[in-house]
Amino acid sequence: MRINPQDRPVAPFDPSGDVAEDFRDPATGDFRQETMIINMGPQHPSTHGVLRLLLELDGETIIRCKPIIGYLHTGIEKNTEYRSWVQGVTFVTRADYVAPFFNELSYCMAVERLLGVEVPERARIIRVLVCELNRVTSHLVAIATGGLELGAVSMMLYGLREREIILDLFESLTGLRMNHAYIRPGGVVMDLPEEAPRKLRNILDILPGRIDEYETLLNDNPIWRERNMGVAVLSAERCMELGVTGPPLRSAGVALDLRKDEPYCGYETYDFNVITRTEGDAYARYRVRIDEMRESLKIAEQAFARLGETPGPVMIEDPKVGWQSKLSVGPDGIGNDPEFLDHIMEESMEALIHHFKMVTQGVSVPDGEVYVPVEAPRGELGMYVVSDGRNRPYRVKIRDPSFVNLQAVPDLVEGGLVADIIPAIASIDPVMGGVDR
Amino acid sequence: MTLAELATAVSTRYPDVVVAREEATLVVAPDDLLAVLTWLRDAPGVQLDALMSVTATHWPDRDPSFWVVYELRSTALAQRLRVKVGIRDDGQHVASVTGMFPTANWHERETFDLYGIVFDGHPDLTRIMLPADWSGHPLRKDEPLGGVPTWYHGALMPPIDERGMA
Repeated sequence: MRINPQDRPVAPFDPSGDVAEDFRDPATGDFRQETMIINMGPQHPSTHGVLRLLLELDGETIIRCKPIIGYLHTGIEKNTEYRSWVQGVTFVTRADYVAPFFNELSYCMAVERLLGVEVPERARIIRVLVCELNRVTSHLVAIATGGLELGAVSMMLYGLREREIILDLFESLTGLRMNHAYIRPGGVVMDLPEEAPRKLRNILDILPGRIDEYETLLNDNPIWRERNMGVAVLSAERCMELGVTGPPLRSAGVALDLRKDEPYCGYETYDFNVITRTEGDAYARYRVRIDEMRESLKIAEQAFARLGETPGPVMIEDPKVGWQSKLSVGPDGIGNDPEFLDHIMEESMEALIHHFKMVTQGVSVPDGEVYVPVEAPRGELGMYVVSDGRNRPYRVKIRDPSFVNLQAVPDLVEGGLVADIIPAIASIDPVMGGVDR
Repeated sequence: MTLAELATAVSTRYPDVVVAREEATLVVAPDDLLAVLTWLRDAPGVQLDALMSVTATHWPDRDPSFWVVYELRSTALAQRLRVKVGIRDDGQHVASVTGMFPTANWHERETFDLYGIVFDGHPDLTRIMLPADWSGHPLRKDEPLGGVPTWYHGALMPPIDERGMA
């Protein structure tokens, strides 16, 4: 079948048909005459991607709000069922694309739990390091875009400027600024390159001062406070009912952080605080994110120190489980490590066989099911991974915090003003790639 | 409290609890779901008060062919339990847990959208990821990954390799 676009059959599309029906008045069964139903998004600069909100307004006051999602659904979960376990990393990393390392971490820890293997200590430290720096970049995006939407354009410029310094480190570590596929089942794909300590030192030296600058710029800024304080309030009880986790929950006074409550990757050995506030409004969420960046830098500093005293492999050495193929970053980008190629092609027939089997067949994972949660910048990110014993996942479910937290939007905005939708959504900080998957 | 202690506490009332790979799983009959979740939430020493995720898996050659999976978390005890409900592929429904856990609303809509499992008592069981006029439930194992013509809001979209250039 080959159909040219102009010949495609097109049925008349009624934009109100599917969802606006909910807005009928239950008493009369008709739309109310004194209110207005408007559509915000999916193409809107302040909805952080393709989020659509259907709003019923009485003047400037929001009576009802219905979030509509799915515009960025890409079938990541279905795709993983058709690829090997290692290839799955490249899919899940694209879900919440602002915090890709957390997707990789949760998925890889799930695969490792199914395999029943422990990753080397150095790999665990590198994982903590990249995740905490990723938390900083993610919070920077949240504060930068939130600032832009409220007119604080300088905050956007500063936030993205600092984020770029960290992304530059990620690029030299992994070859890519985002969607790294760096954490793999069994460890990480390669050790830190030569220039990494210098770049890391630079980040850890300048970031704390820059965070002070953001606070000087925004904390007592009358417009920032006016737009954020007392706006989009969500109580602790309502957060728990709605499954909201991460900064919105901690800003309401609940000190839940999986790094403390259910430690993984050795987080129990790092010294850091769980940041909470009590107000539960958009301003409190901003302050929680600012302080969490400091805590993340504290953890990164400790991980950096440990890296110096923890040599060793960064991938499981069992060639039947761990991906042994070495990559390195050369002048033309990332590629096969010349030394490793020499080893398998010239020196060791056994290594060549292991490499061949791993690349063509991949590893077979014992059947079973696991759910592995990690504390992502937006809250609890969990992967429910099922294996039927073959060399590809049977099911990968991504419990994305953005997806769950977004359910709270009607609670945040109903009864408020239209203009307050913007700080409300910015304070939830949804990433639609994670919401729609 | 350790996971073993939680499993013991649960097994005094519901013996079908299995601990494997540092995780506990409880298999429940569809009709008992709400009663079990209520007990798990309220029983002292169990206190599984938060629902983190609802999803499903499809096993076309087995009976039951669907497992609906609930991930519960005890915020007080820092422990987790998975509750699984088996559903036959003959239109069998399962009760919605939105009354107990409002967070289940979107989770159940997603499971309905992608697997076609009907949750009785859900306030708004409509598609959430896919357009309202989509047919089929793509995460079922008998649905292809791609390569099929699709309707989107009344417009026909041929598979990507068959799209003509205008």
